[in-house]
Amino acid sequence: MNEYEVFRVIWWALLGVLLIGLAVMDGFDLGAAMLMPFIGKSDTERRVVINTVGPVWEGNQVWLILGGGAIFAAWPMLYAVSFSGFYFAILLLLLSLILRPVGFKYRSKLQEKKWRNFWDGALFIGGLVPALVYGVAFGNVLRGVPFSFDDTLRMTYTGSLLGLFNPFALLCGIISVTMLVMHGGAYVACKTEGAIRRRAQTAATFAGILVIVLFAAAGFWATRLNGYVLQSFAGTDGPSNMLLKTVSLAPGGLMTNYHTAPLILAVPAVAFLGAIATILLTRAAKWPGITFIASAFSVAGIIGTAGVSLFPFMLPSSSTPNDSLIVWDTSSSLLTLQIMLVATIIFLPIILLYTSWIYYMLRGPVTTATITRDDHTAY
Amino acid sequence: MDVVALSRLQFGLTALYHFLFVPLTLGLAILLVIMEVVYVTTGKTIWRDMVKFWGLLFGINFVMGVATGITMEFQFGTNWAYYSHYVGDVFGAPLAIEGLMAFFLEATFVGMFFFGWDRLSKIQHLFVTCMVAMGTNLSALWILIANGWMQHPVGARFDMATMSMQVSDFSAVLMNPNAQDKFVHTVAAGYCVGAMFMMSISAIYLLMGRHRAVALRSMTVAASFGLASSLAVVSLGDASGFTIAQDQPMKMAAIEGMWNTEPSPAGFNIIGFPDQMNHVTNDAVNIPWALGLIATHSTDTPIAGINQLVQQNALRVASGAQAYAAMETLRTNPKDAAVLAIFNAHVNDLGYGLLLETVGADASKPTPAQIAEAAWQTVPPVTTVFWSFRFMVVLGFYFIALFAVMFYKACARRLDTTRWLLWVTAFSLPLPWLAAELGWTTAEVGRQPWTIDGILPTALSVSSVPALNVAISIAGFVIAYSALFVVEMFLMIRAIRKGPGQVHGPSGLVKTIPGFAAPSHAPAE
Repeated sequence: MNEYEVFRVIWWALLGVLLIGLAVMDGFDLGAAMLMPFIGKSDTERRVVINTVGPVWEGNQVWLILGGGAIFAAWPMLYAVSFSGFYFAILLLLLSLILRPVGFKYRSKLQEKKWRNFWDGALFIGGLVPALVYGVAFGNVLRGVPFSFDDTLRMTYTGSLLGLFNPFALLCGIISVTMLVMHGGAYVACKTEGAIRRRAQTAATFAGILVIVLFAAAGFWATRLNGYVLQSFAGTDGPSNMLLKTVSLAPGGLMTNYHTAPLILAVPAVAFLGAIATILLTRAAKWPGITFIASAFSVAGIIGTAGVSLFPFMLPSSSTPNDSLIVWDTSSSLLTLQIMLVATIIFLPIILLYTSWIYYMLRGPVTTATITRDDHTAY
Repeated sequence: MDVVALSRLQFGLTALYHFLFVPLTLGLAILLVIMEVVYVTTGKTIWRDMVKFWGLLFGINFVMGVATGITMEFQFGTNWAYYSHYVGDVFGAPLAIEGLMAFFLEATFVGMFFFGWDRLSKIQHLFVTCMVAMGTNLSALWILIANGWMQHPVGARFDMATMSMQVSDFSAVLMNPNAQDKFVHTVAAGYCVGAMFMMSISAIYLLMGRHRAVALRSMTVAASFGLASSLAVVSLGDASGFTIAQDQPMKMAAIEGMWNTEPSPAGFNIIGFPDQMNHVTNDAVNIPWALGLIATHSTDTPIAGINQLVQQNALRVASGAQAYAAMETLRTNPKDAAVLAIFNAHVNDLGYGLLLETVGADASKPTPAQIAEAAWQTVPPVTTVFWSFRFMVVLGFYFIALFAVMFYKACARRLDTTRWLLWVTAFSLPLPWLAAELGWTTAEVGRQPWTIDGILPTALSVSSVPALNVAISIAGFVIAYSALFVVEMFLMIRAIRKGPGQVHGPSGLVKTIPGFAAPSHAPAE
């Protein structure tokens, strides 16, 4: 292995870490927002659900911003192609994400029932739409999207918004929604008591069952899909230029990596085992913290499965497979990858440290009593 | 409008909108730290009430900054895809480090600022507030390192194999003098916004005869902090002008409306009407020597005029065309040593060659007329830059005067004796925002026609998306942002109406901390 290859693989893995970080941390916010209108029967109960994530969602959302920045810095072409190609999907994501912060912050500032119901709806959409868009985006990445480059590496994208909502991508979108509902349910169960906790547990159980069924269905479907196979390329330390390789299409190509390295079957296995454990543990209704961790493992396994199935592809081109983005021709320069790794090694532990401190200080459940007591300061 | 114009419009609108919230966050965060330090050191609960009250307004504003900030980061990818590919290697790193180092910090701690009053000790809560303030300011640092690199791209080189700019010297990117000057100038502008916000609202309370105790104390803090900030913003703006004169002479000449090089030290056009078609500035009122002193801090360094700079740039366009032609040859025959030598000799002007594409020429073999046309493209819209700069500067000096007067009144303990002065202060509320937006207009319109000065023309930076898509997204942002603005103003005004006393209501916030008395409201309420 050469140095550039090592750093490219590290940054491929770190991209996975960031996406998993986003799904595990911000994912429970989205899940809680989706569950809130259903498991909160009264205004106070809804506020309980909102306040389980109230003090932490802002920090969690930074995983998205960090993910965007890290893709920009480490995989500039992936950033350019995916963000401009998925133009309206990103617009949809941005507009729905805007609903969330203002919904959290503004909902409980007024007493009127209409006002609060409006923001409850906004928060639900602000949870559902991002979850759906993330999943649909993953589905399209697995299938490939239509784009090509000219010889100055200017990209032309020939797909449409409706094209993104193809059946396989929609299935992935629904998996993403159910996965985050399970995860959000597990989180809310951790941070509440009594009736709300029981409802959250029920939601997590049902969502968990759906995750298992749908994930298996998507896996079976994926074996039938055309996958991309790298035929020749400029080397793992080649320049980041997408025009130097040849790629062919093969039925079941997404399974290639599992044949060459059967060990990576562990990744989808974690997804299934995590979901099964989540269901069993919520049924047992003990150890909510461990249940949440099991759910997090399932989330990590599902995202990881997409990554290891595609490797070394990052974003295949369905119209011009030779122009696909792969790990060996999409990255930044070696120097930038090195600088960014140093920054990550310094700051990620610090982030985890102070985030843990915050969660420690916020320990303990949110209850209807605390909401009534802090009526004016709580969300 | 074409996709370039629409993409610029969208970026300009969303950036200016985002920057309505950022400077207030920057300024209020520091002011919150100052007030909380007073609370922790003196133990007087009125200062805690002040932190809570201004903190509430801070929170309403902060949310909008976060919500509109995500749009900014994603927009590089959605609308400026070729830019993102071309400079992501350099430009992406500061944005990513901003997330790691700064934004995580402020966003994680800001929740604790609001929810931590009854969970944290006094010192712990002060620590949280400090972390929020540090995060916001570090965030500005990294964003301005990125922006500074767009103005003055140092520490990077063009790599033909990847058709992109790559980092060659990261410390040069960090220590970019342009970025450092812009950072201090911009955060000082934010401090002015925060100070004026606190001072104007306090003035309104005094005029209405409400919340006197809180208003007087807030005003004293704001006037002192505002005086320091406004002095800083003007003098640091002067430093920024000095670096612009070095690194972006065309921007400096446009700010001046100076078409021809004058014998040094050059005079300063205090007023005038630039005519971009005929290359003159009409009815100019000129102060001898002033520009030479301001821009070069000397009496004998000449400052180039627009006409002369265009002539120089024509040479660079011709040189860039050679680089472009060599690049096309090398693409088919990478081993040609003679052509490679030509390429290396002219690569620093490649960006000027790319300008030829924006005037519809074949960049590898342009005609002399096309070269001249491309060279004239390097002049930014002079009138916009000229006037936005002047209004900004006038406002800057006005802030110094107003803060100085109020500071004097605060020292004399006569803040509420002159009612007309309070009215002036109240009506000055929007002015620092106006100055900040004008500052960005000067900086970014003055950067045209480039996204990266001398490297990549704006017209080539856009994504290959249909113009209609951009028009639709602009409509989406305008509708969503307008609705948000209405809601935000409604809540802000409502919170200001209610005033400090009502912030924490009748809750038993402090009773969980032993040793605290029941929450005492501001004595004068």
